[in-house]
Amino acid sequence: MPETQRPSQLLRNLNAKVASVPMILTAMFVFVGGTLWTVLYSFTDSKLLPRLHFVGLSQYDRLWSTARWIVSIENLAIYGVLSLVFSLVIGFVLAALLDQKIRFENVFRTIFLYPFALSFIVTGLVWQWILNPDFGVQHIIRGLGFSKFVFDPLYNQEIVIYGVLIAGLWQGTGLIMCLMLAGLRGIDEEIWKAARVDGIPMWKTYIFIIIPMMRPVFITTLVIIASGIVKLYDLIVAQTGGGPGISSEVPAKYVYDFMFRAQNLGQGFAASTMMLLAVAIVIIPWAYLEFGGKKRG
Amino acid sequence: MKLMTALLAASAFCGATIANATDLEVTHWWTSGGESAAVKEFAKAFDATGNHWVDGAIAGSGDTARPIMVSRITGGDPMGATQFNHGRQAEELVQAGLMRNLDDVAKAEHWADVINPKSLLEGCTYQGHIYCVPVNIHAWQWLWLSNAAFAKANLPVPANWEEFVADGPALRKAGIQPLALGQQSWQVTGLFNNLILALGGKDLYLKIFQDKDAKVAAGPDMAKIFKAADDARQLAQGSNVQDWNQATNMVITAKAAAQSMGDWAQGEFQVAKQVAGKDYTCLPGLGEPNPYITTGGDSIYFPKLSDPAKSAAQEVLAKVMLSPATQVAFNLKKGSMPVRGDVDLSTANDCMKKGLAILKAGNVIKSTDELISPDTTTQINDLMSQFFNDMSITPDDAQKKFAAIIGTAN
Repeated sequence: MPETQRPSQLLRNLNAKVASVPMILTAMFVFVGGTLWTVLYSFTDSKLLPRLHFVGLSQYDRLWSTARWIVSIENLAIYGVLSLVFSLVIGFVLAALLDQKIRFENVFRTIFLYPFALSFIVTGLVWQWILNPDFGVQHIIRGLGFSKFVFDPLYNQEIVIYGVLIAGLWQGTGLIMCLMLAGLRGIDEEIWKAARVDGIPMWKTYIFIIIPMMRPVFITTLVIIASGIVKLYDLIVAQTGGGPGISSEVPAKYVYDFMFRAQNLGQGFAASTMMLLAVAIVIIPWAYLEFGGKKRG
Repeated sequence: MKLMTALLAASAFCGATIANATDLEVTHWWTSGGESAAVKEFAKAFDATGNHWVDGAIAGSGDTARPIMVSRITGGDPMGATQFNHGRQAEELVQAGLMRNLDDVAKAEHWADVINPKSLLEGCTYQGHIYCVPVNIHAWQWLWLSNAAFAKANLPVPANWEEFVADGPALRKAGIQPLALGQQSWQVTGLFNNLILALGGKDLYLKIFQDKDAKVAAGPDMAKIFKAADDARQLAQGSNVQDWNQATNMVITAKAAAQSMGDWAQGEFQVAKQVAGKDYTCLPGLGEPNPYITTGGDSIYFPKLSDPAKSAAQEVLAKVMLSPATQVAFNLKKGSMPVRGDVDLSTANDCMKKGLAILKAGNVIKSTDELISPDTTTQINDLMSQFFNDMSITPDDAQKKFAAIIGTAN
């Protein structure tokens, strides 16, 4: 670094730059480096231990001809879309209801947020029991006299993923509700007054005025929900173990099972590369629209 | 991941508080009632040598435990000793030089002469060196029947698989689950492999798993097996349990009539104080004539360690595990057969004696763990688990997929 008259651009905010060095290194070596390493080794026939023996695209060939991978992708799509929609809708509606200056708001907020304090493993186990036909919901309703009542989502191939979705929503919507509530509280009281003066019905105020104003909150929420969807793993492991059969498998579980159980790192890397690709396809155009092109205000 | 961190933390803690006697951590997945009673025998025998057995039990079956063990070894935090099944699960760890060879102990203790059948020691040998201690023989090929369940349905206890299948509707009528089957995929595959060996015979079994002959896998002999598997999945409908010991418990409590599971299930009957022949019946080779059993089982591997005191303790442990007294105590509790032909098992029960007679007659065959890689096993597990749960998959479809897996197997 040659000495100059003016303080160098590089030395401005030196403290902040020094402080961010560890994070930059972590990002470079752990995230980017690890990602590149994984992609590279997905083209090899690595078994238990990684080795550089290239086999071209054959891991990907096998991946896309495996029934379990296809089922995993379908499940993630169903779970992803529904969990995104329902989390946002339920979360927002709950927040809007809580925002009506009701009594015992703190109590309700605590009740709704409580499931979030449980890990996915506990959530999965609890709902495995609740949905078990022999002593859960089905058993109780049959006990009330409806002897033909059937509700066993975890033991039915067709609907098992919805059983998982119920548990996921139960655990996650409380947090979404809190974020939304914070957003609603951030809206200026004057806006409401103005809307009331103009005689706009309350639901219209929410949809056409309040929600557009809450855009930053919605984006934060979206990122939180989406990352939860992609990494869906522990809930499945605890609640269904991927069963019955392979009908509730998800991509993250496929990656883990092939890397560690099947001792086939190459196959696991190929699957995780596909997951990265899918996320990138969604994220990059969106990030470009959101952050690119515009000057930061 | 959290479990891993906890284990790492736990082992670091053990290292810090080391006593005079050498602590040796042994990881294993022996966690059911009968299994943990058996593993206590190992711990007792090892503690008696002045060392200390640090129990590293990992719950949730081998599929859960093995990745943790492998990560610890490859990640530079090896335990003192660890369980794997006989066969190829630790193959690459040995190739990578992460395991220590036991040639000296083996020679001093004459393993080559005492271990029976010889194929067990061959399974532990890589390029002329011995890398593991086989501790027991587990045969998969058993059908366990609840006498009480058949009595309740007014049926005689069947003597083979066909009779059992024929009893299915009558059992259902009496409100008894005909076949108990845990949902974990390895159990489903185990049942399927039993059908291959029992109904298809030794030659078919070897052509599929040893020669990996895709033509045979797609042929008429296998079609019969898939037909039998179709029967089995009908009989297993309604068996909503996960773990194998929960399924065994259904047989013990006469809620279910039968389970096809390895002889480790016997440990559960023993813990429940049931008597072979009176409370339950066991059929080796599913009761078919000329039964063969696979010599699967558990071996203990010893990772390379830098601490000389621990390395010495590893040798002591290897010696202790194979000593006649420990072999008898361990295997009686576990319901498995000892790896030495020269020990006294007069206290063994009827079922184990049946197994020992087959072993003595030399009707033994390598288990699938020894013949195919974990990768192929996982693929078959996925297929079987799908086939047994989705009635819309026909036996024909499943057979085609099976043949494709065998065609690319390694």
